[in-house]
Amino acid sequence: MEALRQQFFNLAIMERALPLLLMGLRQTALICALLIPLGLIGGLMPALLSRSRRRPLRWLAMIAIDFFRAVPPLVLLIFIYSGLPFAGLRPSPLTAVAIAFFLNTSSYYGEIYRAGIESIPAGQWDAARSTGLTGAQAMIHVVLPQAVRNVLPDLVSNTVEVVKLTSIASVVALPELLYSADMARSVTFNSSPLVLAAAIYLLMLWPVVRLVSRLERRIAA
Amino acid sequence: MNSPFLEAFFKWELIERYFPAILKGVGITIEIASAVVLTGICAGLALAIIRAFRATALNILIVLFADSFRALPPLVLVLLVYFGLPNLGINLPSFAVLWIVLSLVLAAFCEEIFWAGILSIPKGQWEAARSTGLSFLATLAYVVLPQALRLAVPPITNRTIAITKNTALGTVIGVGEILNQATTAQSFSGNATPLMMGAIAYVILFVPVVIFGRFLETRFRWRRA
Repeated sequence: MEALRQQFFNLAIMERALPLLLMGLRQTALICALLIPLGLIGGLMPALLSRSRRRPLRWLAMIAIDFFRAVPPLVLLIFIYSGLPFAGLRPSPLTAVAIAFFLNTSSYYGEIYRAGIESIPAGQWDAARSTGLTGAQAMIHVVLPQAVRNVLPDLVSNTVEVVKLTSIASVVALPELLYSADMARSVTFNSSPLVLAAAIYLLMLWPVVRLVSRLERRIAA
Repeated sequence: MNSPFLEAFFKWELIERYFPAILKGVGITIEIASAVVLTGICAGLALAIIRAFRATALNILIVLFADSFRALPPLVLVLLVYFGLPNLGINLPSFAVLWIVLSLVLAAFCEEIFWAGILSIPKGQWEAARSTGLSFLATLAYVVLPQALRLAVPPITNRTIAITKNTALGTVIGVGEILNQATTAQSFSGNATPLMMGAIAYVILFVPVVIFGRFLETRFRWRRA
């Protein structure tokens, strides 16, 4: 029991590691502030394209969504970070993280929007068009608002996944929360900084996870 | 055939040399992913069934477990278990660490999904089943679960796909899965071809699974309508 306290809940070590972890937290927040809006907006594109009247565009959208949902984000990140230099491009860790996670995140958001748009009955389209709205207007004013409402729990839950995803940036030495905690761990030979990082993630995400559970039940009811 | 792009990403002799290594990685990825799917889904279902008994103390523990494993990034858990347990005198091989952590994460998500499925069955069904003389367990097994499980199939499939892709995190602790084989080969050969092979292996492995997931989703939506 004493070993457990010493190795995982060592307050003295946690206190020393805290400033480093808070700096890491700032990086994590920065990536999230970049990635979540970009993903939410970027995801609209494949979702709208997948409703296009032109078959090649529809196919392109579906292929992109499926491709980037199939490749694990860590694989994409390492491919961009260590692979692109062979093509003469040297992305910084932040650029590589931004590109890799944008592709991944917007595909997931895209698939969620797509499911939402498909959940709207065709009658809504017909009714909107018959009042004289153009296709784009019907999409923006009638279909999308309802679609987003239908898939709101999934959008929120995917946002939790995006925040969790940022921890993978530690692999390319981007000094975000997990990277800072792991640095502190390797310097102190003690797992307490990792426990502290876990506590910070919990503090941030637990309320949102609860919210998702409640939203899901409200929609199901 | 001598373009620098092909030389860097599709060099034929490297493809030949590292094909066995990548293939071995594919084998390990499939092994760990199957183990995770099996234990994760079973544990999640077991927890949801236990929760149906509505024993307050037990349910608080289950909710605490499910919430925290849904909120924590899997990589944090992997590092915590991998570097933490040896300090307590417990030494697990890295593939076991990956298997246990991903199973727990999948179990947490599955528990929530199965529980939502159980909750979605109207109370009248419970009452009707009990009034015909079925026991609590028989009601659960023959009336509630068959309907709840069907509702749970699409979300479980999507979640399972997402979590099995996390087997790539194993590379951080040295599990010899696809990504690990690819990055090792890349640093030996000084060429991006093995990375390309690894990425292609993931696409071949997971694109059919992603498409199958969507097929299940569509199919089950039709039935419900």
